[in-house]
Amino acid sequence: MTAIVAAVRAPIVANRRLIAAVTFVAFGLIDILIFGLFSHKGDATFAFSLFGAKVTVPSLHVPARPVTYALGIASVLIGVARATVTESKLLKRLSIAAVLLFFVLAMLLWSDTGSWADGIPINVITLMQGTLAASIPLILGALAGCMGERSGVINIAIEGQLLLGAFTAAVVASAVGVLWLGLLSGSLAGGLIGAMLALFAIRFLVDQIILGVVINLLISGLTGYLYDRLLVPDANTYNNASTFSTVKIPVLGDIPVIGPIFFDSTIFLYITYAAIILVQVGLFSTRWGLRVRAVGEHPSAADTVGINVLGIRYRNLILGGMLAGIGGAYLTIGSVGTFSKDMSSGLGYIALAAMIFGRWTPLGATLAALLFGFTTALGSFLGSITVPISPFILGMAPYVATIIAVAGLVGRVRAPAADGKPYLRE
Amino acid sequence: MELELRGITKRFGSLVANDHIDLAVAPGEIRGLLGENGAGKTTLMNVLYGLVQPDEGEILVDGKQVTIHSPKDAINAKIGMVHQHFMLVPVFTVAENVALGVEQQRKLKIGSLPGIPTGLLDRGRARRQVIELSERYGLQVNPDVRIEDLPVGVQQRVEIIKALLRQASVLILDEPTAVLTPGETEDLFRVMRELREGGRSIVFISHKLKEVQTIADKITVIRRGKVVGERPPSTSDAELAALMVGRPVELKVSKEPAKPADVVLEVTDLTVAGAAGLAAAGQDSRNSVDGVSFQVRAGEILGIAGVQGNGQTELCEALMGLLPSGGQVRLDGKDISRATPHDRLRSGISYIPEDRREDGLVSDFSVADNLVLDLYDRKPFASGIAMDLPAIRANARTLTTEFDVRTSSIDATVGTLSGGNQQKVILAREVGRRVRLLLASQPTRGLDVGSIEFVHRRIIEERDQGVAVIIVSSELDEIYALADRIAVMYEGQITGFRPPSVPVTELGLLMAGVRNGAAADPAGSDGNPDDGPPGGGSAGRTEPT
Repeated sequence: MTAIVAAVRAPIVANRRLIAAVTFVAFGLIDILIFGLFSHKGDATFAFSLFGAKVTVPSLHVPARPVTYALGIASVLIGVARATVTESKLLKRLSIAAVLLFFVLAMLLWSDTGSWADGIPINVITLMQGTLAASIPLILGALAGCMGERSGVINIAIEGQLLLGAFTAAVVASAVGVLWLGLLSGSLAGGLIGAMLALFAIRFLVDQIILGVVINLLISGLTGYLYDRLLVPDANTYNNASTFSTVKIPVLGDIPVIGPIFFDSTIFLYITYAAIILVQVGLFSTRWGLRVRAVGEHPSAADTVGINVLGIRYRNLILGGMLAGIGGAYLTIGSVGTFSKDMSSGLGYIALAAMIFGRWTPLGATLAALLFGFTTALGSFLGSITVPISPFILGMAPYVATIIAVAGLVGRVRAPAADGKPYLRE
Repeated sequence: MELELRGITKRFGSLVANDHIDLAVAPGEIRGLLGENGAGKTTLMNVLYGLVQPDEGEILVDGKQVTIHSPKDAINAKIGMVHQHFMLVPVFTVAENVALGVEQQRKLKIGSLPGIPTGLLDRGRARRQVIELSERYGLQVNPDVRIEDLPVGVQQRVEIIKALLRQASVLILDEPTAVLTPGETEDLFRVMRELREGGRSIVFISHKLKEVQTIADKITVIRRGKVVGERPPSTSDAELAALMVGRPVELKVSKEPAKPADVVLEVTDLTVAGAAGLAAAGQDSRNSVDGVSFQVRAGEILGIAGVQGNGQTELCEALMGLLPSGGQVRLDGKDISRATPHDRLRSGISYIPEDRREDGLVSDFSVADNLVLDLYDRKPFASGIAMDLPAIRANARTLTTEFDVRTSSIDATVGTLSGGNQQKVILAREVGRRVRLLLASQPTRGLDVGSIEFVHRRIIEERDQGVAVIIVSSELDEIYALADRIAVMYEGQITGFRPPSVPVTELGLLMAGVRNGAAADPAGSDGNPDDGPPGGGSAGRTEPT
């Protein structure tokens, strides 16, 4: 009994490195034993141009089986290195990225050489476009989370902000017929939830986790009800928005490969770029950011140097909500044009996970959101070439990989010290 | 700048924390504000700093009335404050903490036009300001280090620099010496004198008589929210203490020389790993207790001195089995290194934890229930699975009387009691049964002088009945008052054992980690922790007290 207690309580310090190493090796073994052994003969093809592009980049042909083995062995070696050598922080992060990348490549090589693929190339550009498209709401939602939590308020209501943003944008854009007004109103709707969250969390000291979940339920119920009573019977008036068309950025948009991925998209992607840069630079290089982080780490320290703690929290939650609202608007007027019930389908919670995975930094959260976005895009690609795996498993596998990655590879993360704690002067 | 408070009154519910307090501080004066814990000193200063709004009274600066509704107003009125718990963001650098609230922006210079503010932080300028101020006032500090990596003494300097950068003319220091070694305290006093030379006024809040006498130009004593007297620093200890408490007090509990008998507790090479979380992040892999060995005999008090946070807490928790540890712990010759806390209690250790609200009591339980927290599951308080309520109540009645616990009823929740009475409940529970070893960590922290007297007397009584006692305290006065032998802890190690006749300066050096710089120990063999305590113990005890 005592031995068990001692073992359970023994510091996990030494084991952390071992856990990471074992995870790496496990990934490597999957690469070799599953994707390598079961792969078929022949080459996988990676295409880098869209159909009908002016400048074409030649496709890449890769012999599947040997490369898959090589990737697997490389992962195992990285794992062994992790267990035996003390590595710098940068090297640790790079090795995480490499192992994940190798895993995905191995999976692609295996899938594209099967009989089902029938010579269809893996189009890298489509895959990356899909990744960005799936990431936009996640990134904006995660930024909203960063804004709130860096100032010390937990924002579980990102889901609700996305959903109400999507709903409002669709209805306004349909009824008024002006897309920009849809975007604006979607953003304001998100901001409104931010304000509501702030009021209850800061003024009435409601538990922030419960509050966020309740708001999400409220918005789900509210939009669901209005959808049934208003949007379904009168779909032409209220749920028939057009969508933003793509805008190609001059010069940049013409660069092969990079151009079509990053610089030929709707306004939403460009807003997202701006938001990432603004929040990242704002938080870490400006007066505003220093104050926000002080409020999130040690509110009484901020208070005693004359900073308005509560004011900063209100402002951040509202601004963050507006970002998430834009992310919500993207779901309707940025992609499909119509609202459907509960269409945010957990994206807000994934955004929250991305924020934590990204250690509460905008750039980290963006990378994490891209990872989630990529898994979505990958799932739909594999589905489209009819890989002989149940689509449900396909939809699940990337998330499982992510859970393993988070549990095994992300070290201790530190939330802002005052995160979730209401501030009261004694 | 001249600062005057007139008739400041602040009530919290029925409690009058400040009752018409008048206080005037002249420019270039160090004013000592002396009072017990809970006398209302901190409330008064929070009023002055805008953290608490007074119900009555006014604040005057240079004869003009000012309204202070927030710390911002206080800063504008040139009032600076160093709080008891530092107001520094641990993950920020020194420069960032100093700049917070008065940040400078980087300006974009184009030709001869006035600079355009970019909104970006000017970190370079903040660094230069810190360096400049630290050089001018001899407050050495590196602007680029994170606060969490600095010792508390240096953190305090950062707080002072913060106030100076905001051009404070009046500096309030709230219990600034509580976290300092004697050497660091000397350093602080030097800085305070330098600031006084520069014409600044300082309000020095403390409950330590000697420090106030050393540094203050004038002493104001507060008791129960009222100013009860102003005295020059030459006033005797006894008079100040009597003013502070409201009746004559025995400053030192009298005790007979110890009559140590057999070894009760023998600790060999006890080691506790550093905080697991920190070590995992590769930030701090030091052991929080690092190879500590000592013995305690029946009938003696071993005092463990040291600045807070040098492993004392972890040592106590390891001795109680609350933290995993390496090394060996033997009680009466029996190895208990792997025993659970429950088994250790049963084998005759009693424990007074340093945080009584968190670890010592269940606040929402009644006094009676709290008195049997360690014995609730055995006779006479339980039979089978049923608690014997009448026995528990009888026990509570006996103990509350014996230990003079002032409570409305034994059914009152213990959280409603005053700190002193809560501590008496713990004391009653822990020494109310037969024990071999009493382990008391910070047993009088935050207690009023009357309760301190009581707790000290009971601890000495326990010793006289042949119990081995360990007292962990960061208050040197308490160590001197109780200990028959003193061990000093620094960064998880015992830097030396000394008899209670050791001078404060020598303890101070040991507390700062200097092992050999201290004067040679008169008892000879006492100072070497590697030898273990046996020789040292007996030598120490023969020293005259």
